[in-house]
Order: sequence, then C-alpha cells, then structure tokens
Amino acid sequence: MSLFEILRFAARGVTANKLRSALTTLGVLIGVGAVILLVAVGNGSAKQITDRIAALGTDTLTVQSTSRGGASNTAITVETAKALRDPVLAPDVKSVSPVVSASATITYQGSDHSVQQFVGTYPSYFGASNTPVGTGAAFSDEDVAQGRRVLVIGQTVAEELFPGVEPVGAEVTVGGSLFTVVGVLEEKSSSSGFQDANDVAVAPLTAVQQTLTGYGPVSSVVVEATGSDRVDEAQAQVAAILDQRLKVSATTSGAANRSNSSPYRIQNASQLLETQTETADTFTVLLGAVAGISLLVGGIGITNIMLVTVTERTREIGIRKALGAPRRVILTQFLAEATMLSLTGGGLGVAAALIGSQFTIVGVKPVVVPSSIVLALGVSVAIGLFFGSVPASRAAGLRPIDALRYE
Amino acid sequence: MIGPMMNGPEDRSTRPGHPPVLDVRGLTKVYGEGEATVHALRGVDLVVERGDYVAIMGSSGSGKSTLMNIVGCLDVPTTGRYLLDGVDVSRLNDRQLALVRNRLIGFVFQAFNLIPRTTALANVELPLAYAGVPAAERRRRALAALDMVGLAARAGHEPNQLSGGQQQRVAVARALVTEPALVLADEPTGNLDSRSTADLLAIFDELNAAGRTIVLITHEPEVGSRARRLIKLFDGQIAADVRQGGPARGSAADRMLDQPTVPMERIR
Ligand SMILES: Nc1ncnc2c1ncn2[C@@H]1O[C@H](COP(=O)(O)OP(=O)(O)OP(=O)(O)O)[C@@H](O)[C@H]1O
Ligand SMILES: [Mg+2]
Repeated sequence: MSLFEILRFAARGVTANKLRSALTTLGVLIGVGAVILLVAVGNGSAKQITDRIAALGTDTLTVQSTSRGGASNTAITVETAKALRDPVLAPDVKSVSPVVSASATITYQGSDHSVQQFVGTYPSYFGASNTPVGTGAAFSDEDVAQGRRVLVIGQTVAEELFPGVEPVGAEVTVGGSLFTVVGVLEEKSSSSGFQDANDVAVAPLTAVQQTLTGYGPVSSVVVEATGSDRVDEAQAQVAAILDQRLKVSATTSGAANRSNSSPYRIQNASQLLETQTETADTFTVLLGAVAGISLLVGGIGITNIMLVTVTERTREIGIRKALGAPRRVILTQFLAEATMLSLTGGGLGVAAALIGSQFTIVGVKPVVVPSSIVLALGVSVAIGLFFGSVPASRAAGLRPIDALRYE
Repeated sequence: MIGPMMNGPEDRSTRPGHPPVLDVRGLTKVYGEGEATVHALRGVDLVVERGDYVAIMGSSGSGKSTLMNIVGCLDVPTTGRYLLDGVDVSRLNDRQLALVRNRLIGFVFQAFNLIPRTTALANVELPLAYAGVPAAERRRRALAALDMVGLAARAGHEPNQLSGGQQQRVAVARALVTEPALVLADEPTGNLDSRSTADLLAIFDELNAAGRTIVLITHEPEVGSRARRLIKLFDGQIAADVRQGGPARGSAADRMLDQPTVPMERIR
C-alpha cells in the first residue's frame, strides 16, 4: 500500500469523527496558544519596565539636595553644579545640567495651560535626560548665557495650546514674561500612570531663574556619565566633589546618598534599572511557570481525548488487521492522523497567540518570544504524537480477535 | 513461504497430492484462569479439502466462533497444530499473516465488525486497498460486490444507517470482494429473512461451484443442509461429521469422498 494511499486513509480517519478531531485540535490549540501568549505578556511587561527606565537615561545620575531650606552652605547651587564639571577630579562626567523647576501657566492667545513641570536647565539636559527635540531646535549655551526667553515644549503642551497650529515660533506668556517657542519635544512614553511625561516645558536656566524661581539653590543636578558602564565611577567622583564642597564629615561620606545626615542624595538610573530588571525577570519566570502548567494541562487534555478514543480505535484496528492490514500500515496511518491533528492544532494555536498578542492585555503589550513558539509547538505536537501513536502501536501488536474484544 | 497458498483454486485438479486447505489437529482453546477457566475447544481434529463446502452447527457456546477465529488466523489455539494449505500458521510473522488474511481468507464476522462512520463502499474497498489495488479498480470491484448482495443502492450509507441484515450483507460483500480461495462465514444469514438467505446461499453455491472452499457456521438446518458436509460441535468437540447431498460437483467432489473424516456421531 502506497504512502499516499495511507495518508488518504489518515485524512479520512480524521474527518470521520469530527467532534473527536475538533476536541483534540482544540486541546493542542489551547495548550500552544496559552503558552505563547502568557510568555509574551510576561516578556512584554518586562520590556515595558526596561523601556520606562531606559527613557530616564541609563547613564545619568540625579543629584538632589536633602536639606530643605536649611543652611545655605549645604544647598546645591549652580556654582556647586559647575564644580562637578571637572576633567581632573571627575573624568567620567560628560555633562552637568543644573535643573530648576516650577509649576507655571503658559498662556497663548487667550487659552492657557498649567504645565506640570516647567524646567530651567542647560542644553545638555536634553541629551542627558533622554528627551530629544522633535521639531524645531533646542536652545543653545548662548541662549543660557544671554538669558534668552525661549522655550521647548512637550507634546501635551503643544496639543493643549496649539491644536492644529504650528507651535514653533509662537509667542507665549509664562508668569507675565514673554517666551518664544523654539522646539517641541519628541513624544515620550508616559512613565507612571498619573504623571504625564509629555506635560513639560524646558527653558534656559537663566531665563527661568529670572522670571520664575529666583537665584536660589537648584532643585537637582542631572549628571551624565561618559558611558553607561562608567556610571558608578562618575557617581563616586561626584560624591567626592560634593563632600568636599559641602564639607560633609568623612564618617558619613561613605554612604552619602543613603545617610540621613548627608545634605544630598544621588539617584542612579542604572541601579534602578538593575533592580527593576530583576523584578521583571522574576515576573517572566513566574508567567513561564504558569505557561508550563497550562502546557501540562493542555497536554493532559490531549492525552485524555486520545486515550478515550483508544477503545473505539482498538476495535477499528482489530477490523483492519483482520482484513489484512500489516502492522506498519496501521502505525503509519495512526501516526499520520496524530500528526495532522497536532500540527493543525499547533498551527492554529500559534496563529491565535499571534493574533492575541496584537491586543493590549491587562495594560501590557505582549511581545512574542520566538523560542516559546518552538517550545510550545514542540511539546504539544510531541504529546499529540505520543498519545496518538502509542495506543495505536499497542493495538496493532494485538491479535485481531483481542483487539476486536477490547473494552 | 506462503507461495503455494497464493495459487488460485483453479490449480486444484492439476496438482495431485496437494495438501488440504485446512488441517487441524488436537486443537484446544482455554479462556481465563482459575475459577473462570472456560474450555472452549477440547481437542478438535478437522481436515477440509480444497473446494469443500462445510457447515458447522452446534448449540450456543459450543465453541463454533472460537474454532472459526483460529481457522481464520485471527486467534491462536492454546494447544494443537493448524496447517493452512500445508503451512504451519504459528510460524508466520505479522506481515505474512496479514497477507494470508488479506489474499487467502474472506472472513464474515458474527458481529459484522464494519468500521463505524465509514460508508459501506469504503468498508468493502478496505481489503482491496490493503492488497494494493488501484483506486478506480477498487471502487468498481467493491460496487460489484455490493451489487451481488443487493446493496448497490446503499453504497454511500454508513453502518449506523443500515439495518442489521444490510450490515450483514455489507460484511459478506467485504469478505468476498477479494475473491478469496477460502471463505469463512460466522452465521452469515443470522439476521437475514428467507429471501435474502436464499440469495446469499445461491452466491455461496456459485462460489463453491467455481472451486472455492467455504466453511460457514449456522443455526438454521436448511442452511446447513445446503452444504456438502455438516459438522456438529458439542461442548468444544466434534460430535458429528456427516457428508451429505449438496450441489452436484464433478471429479473434485468424488475425490473429496475418500478424505479422512473424524468419528461419526459422538455419544451424548
Ligand atoms: N474471550 C473470551 N473469554 C472467555 N471466554 C470466552 C471468550 N470467548 C468465548 N468464550 C467462551 O467460550 C465458549 C465458546 O464461545 P463461542 O463464541 O465459540 O461460542 P459459539 O459456539 O460461537 O456460540 P454462538 O452460537 O452463541 O455464537 C463460550 O462458553 C464462551 O463463553
Ligand atoms: Mg458464535
């Protein structure tokens, strides 16, 4: 009997009992689909966390003062910030951007918008904080030196104040002073739920000090390291300079950024990234375990259906043997049937998972892991093949009369 | 090894001294163990020559089907020797047994044993498929076989859409479609009315006249009386072995008369 002929028999066997075939296919489909999708969700949420942190800039440090309105000798001023830019004492510091921030209302042609973060800083801030300018241009060092009233606004501000109008070149009023919009920031993925990362406006430090905050201490200093692998060194150098300038005693300097008595705190984005990535990895492992269980459950489902049909199939195998089917032909037919069902189910499962991953699930955009497809497909198809062919092989080894009497 | 069996029944007269189709010696079959032991066959000796037409009768549970299953190479005896066309069946491997079941024997089951959810036509085509007959040829021969048992109009029906008698006739068509030299039928008329029974017996007469060996089991005396030889089974042993009229045959029938027969009429 030719292989083609056997395959036709297998196809007929699959279509003969539609419900059974459908259930088997469904079992494989659910097993494969669940695994791929769950892993994709885990991976997606891990990626989301990493993206959020990467958006902060992985090679930056943020220096903040911890003494609020305290003695002026421990406050961080623009002078302190400038001192951090020292090629000898701090060779791993690439740029330093002192930041003053205030909340302010921007008015444009009668409509006004209360911006969440009105930032005064240096042009290096754009690179350091990972907020590139989309349209228009950033302001320059020259603008800072001259105290020019120019403004780069975030997407939200642009949408609120300039619906359908080109914002670049427009004149707006901030706290009674006139500013010219020179650029719009690129859309930034909104980090935390209640704070809109796009609801910002950035202006030269001097201009903001003049119009809004005055010449007091700065809110923070964003320090950019020469590379993401130099962050720790840069942090140590910055801490040393700060300790020296702010006259922190040697006993507390070691744990400067943690100690309560220290007048400043240094936040390190890459440290944050590390802990967060660990959390995300744990999450992925957890979801992977859930996926593994669902694969197991799906596998048991397939096994169950396959075994339930054994009685009927064993009788059928008995008849086929009595009519002169050799063992090999029967095995090939049943293996082909199991392959068809498993592959159809697996293929549909992959398709369902890929379609499902296009949607946002519990606030997470799933990212499919290719190896999970291979694994899920491999395991389900293997289970299908095993439980489809092993009982058949056992039945094919029986004497016809015993197979016919099987109950 | 099974070469001699593959020769057509036409060879019968041209090969003197050819071994009998069936040669069974001291056959026993024991089912179960301990308390539940059943001695279904208690030493059966039976020789059936080529071209013979044998009917086996006996009360329910006397071991008729058990004997038939062993003779049909579907089951193995507990003890005893079985030569099919002079070949010891116990020595055949799976592939050779498959060939014997497919080419040499046409078996009609007492319980029909049609494949569920598969049309009558596909059921009848099945043995031809395993014999490697091409699809078109297979279809033609299967339809002819169904037509022979009067079921051509039901070719597309599945077993659960057929009456008991119709299923039985499909089973007969499936057994005859390969034109086997040996037809083994376990109560082939059990579910048939007198008209269908007569039709089926006419087919068997024809097959036998063409030289095929037929062994059938029946409960009906009028079916038994059509055969050339009537064997009565009682409690797993042959109680009677009678040669009787049956359809007239030429020299082959004469030759059959001097074959060894088992002791007549066992004392009850
Ligand atoms: N698989 C089996 N296991 C145990 N006992 C069996 C088995 N098959 C048959 N028997 C027993 O063997 C004996 C002979 O059974 P068999 O089927 O050969 O009877 P039979 O003559 O064909 O009867 P009927 O005319 O009712 O078909 C019975 O007593 C039956 O109970
Ligand atoms: Mg019986």
